[in-house]
Amino acid sequence: MTTTTVEAVNLGKRFKDTAALDGFDLSARSGTVLGLLGPNGAGKTTTVRILTTLLRFDTGSATVAGFDVARDARQVRRRIGLTGQQTAVDEVLTARQNLVLFGRLFRLTKARARERADRLLDQFGLQDAADRQAKGFSGGMKRRLDLAASMILAPQVLFLDEPTTGLDPAGRREVWDAVSGLAADGTTVVLTTHYLDEADRLCDRIAVIDHGRNLVDDTPSGLKRRMGADRLEIVAADPADLPALHAIVAAVADGETVTDEAASSVSAPVKESVAALTAAATSVRDQDLTVADIGLRRPTLDEAFLELIGTDTKEERR
Amino acid sequence: MTALAPLPDETFAGRVKWTLHDYRTIVGQEFTHLWRQPVNFLWQLGFPIVMVLLFVYVFGSAMDVTGQGAGVDYVAYAMPGLFAMTMAFGFMNTAWAVAEAKEKGFVDRVRSMPMASSAVVVGRNIADTLHAAIDLLVLFLIALAIGWRSEGTFWETLGAFVLLLWLRFALIWVGVWIGLLVKNVEQAGSLFALAFPFGMVSSVFTPPELMPGWLGAIAAWNPVSATATAIRELFGNPVAAGNSWPEQHALMAALIWPVVITAIFLPLAVRRFRNLGR
Repeated sequence: MTTTTVEAVNLGKRFKDTAALDGFDLSARSGTVLGLLGPNGAGKTTTVRILTTLLRFDTGSATVAGFDVARDARQVRRRIGLTGQQTAVDEVLTARQNLVLFGRLFRLTKARARERADRLLDQFGLQDAADRQAKGFSGGMKRRLDLAASMILAPQVLFLDEPTTGLDPAGRREVWDAVSGLAADGTTVVLTTHYLDEADRLCDRIAVIDHGRNLVDDTPSGLKRRMGADRLEIVAADPADLPALHAIVAAVADGETVTDEAASSVSAPVKESVAALTAAATSVRDQDLTVADIGLRRPTLDEAFLELIGTDTKEERR
Repeated sequence: MTALAPLPDETFAGRVKWTLHDYRTIVGQEFTHLWRQPVNFLWQLGFPIVMVLLFVYVFGSAMDVTGQGAGVDYVAYAMPGLFAMTMAFGFMNTAWAVAEAKEKGFVDRVRSMPMASSAVVVGRNIADTLHAAIDLLVLFLIALAIGWRSEGTFWETLGAFVLLLWLRFALIWVGVWIGLLVKNVEQAGSLFALAFPFGMVSSVFTPPELMPGWLGAIAAWNPVSATATAIRELFGNPVAAGNSWPEQHALMAALIWPVVITAIFLPLAVRRFRNLGR
């Protein structure tokens, strides 16, 4: 099944004198996780707000679950779930009361709402805390409750705006597991994030956005591949060995060999990475040199991202 | 596996039915709050109670509102003023609650759901009015305890009660409008500096006649004064009304002012709510 569930073409949106979106395209196939990645102010939240019918747009078109966002907002609303940047749960109520409340607002009967709340408490691992006030929940638990609330009707498309911002590592893991589970069950997920590890871990495709425009739309591994080859790096134990190490690395390099005096390291891109690493390690031993570290470095998504966004715009944003 | 929400009915009757259903759900939520946080409820009543104690026991003995000497009949004069003031300041609670719902993303979530999005605002309004009725009952009991009495008939007393809620109801729209206007809860809280003179420059604690001319005129025309004076008449408490039109026709003014306020602020609040999508 390769139907497109979310499709936006040439979206434009202006706030007074700034263009939040400037001809942005987006498409997510059914049952996949699409990540919207970009720095603060890039237009991620604006995109989510438009696709969830919260915000009108100036130009372009958008369909979600087969319905036009502008014309059939009500039909869209019946098929989507939204978890915004803040946890929109009622902290005075218990977890169960929250889910029943939202179930009622989704116009389920009382009995259905209770039944659904019970299922969701199970699904999101909140059964033990079900009858406690949400006020006392950890960040991860609140987020999971928030996710559960947006899953009441088992929506076709779930929108998550920075689902793990402000969570500790344990909380992030909880949310990641929950999102992965939903995607595995066939929910199409569109999430925004500025964490690259999150995008790497959750997303099938990543759309990089900056200044309201598309920079790249690719898979996480494709994005990394754009960064080119692995690098072989040797850190010297004694800076005096740097010239000798430079020669060793240069012998297996597939490109320019760089010596970083400050880090006392030598590195170069390599093609046959494992063979190059073995060869270099053998040379180091044969020449009786001591090194602090020797290894292969894969380009991270961070590097790919910074490369794409460009350092100048990064500074512009502080 | 996907269970769609019942179709937002295209028939008028169906839409009305579901909309009422949504309002009831939101009102129910507000009352669960009340039930679970009785302390908050008492805190909200703390302010009027402190004002009662201050004015009746601290300043009261120096007040001569009836012209019969300082302190005479002051409780009878001040209590209706206090009821009106509590209703007037109530819109701050509304503004605060709306600002919080907006800041926390609750408004957004509701707007992205296939429900009547007006429920956040209207449900709030209904809940706040009911809440105010409870506030009033508690204040009545406190007033009775410190010696205030309604000299009016049962129907006059009930009428005064309704007039008070009428004022509160109108001011809810001001609260909703402000709550949607401000950026966050802190801003909503700081608006108290503006609300305070609105409540106090009135006939709540002192007759406008005793104020400097220009201030007295503002106080006399203040909607809070109209309600305060009207309910004093209904309760049979000392009125101390001046010669201005709203003081001479307090009952009429107390009925009209809320209509005027609603006519101005209801459309403003609705427009503000619609503009959330801009």
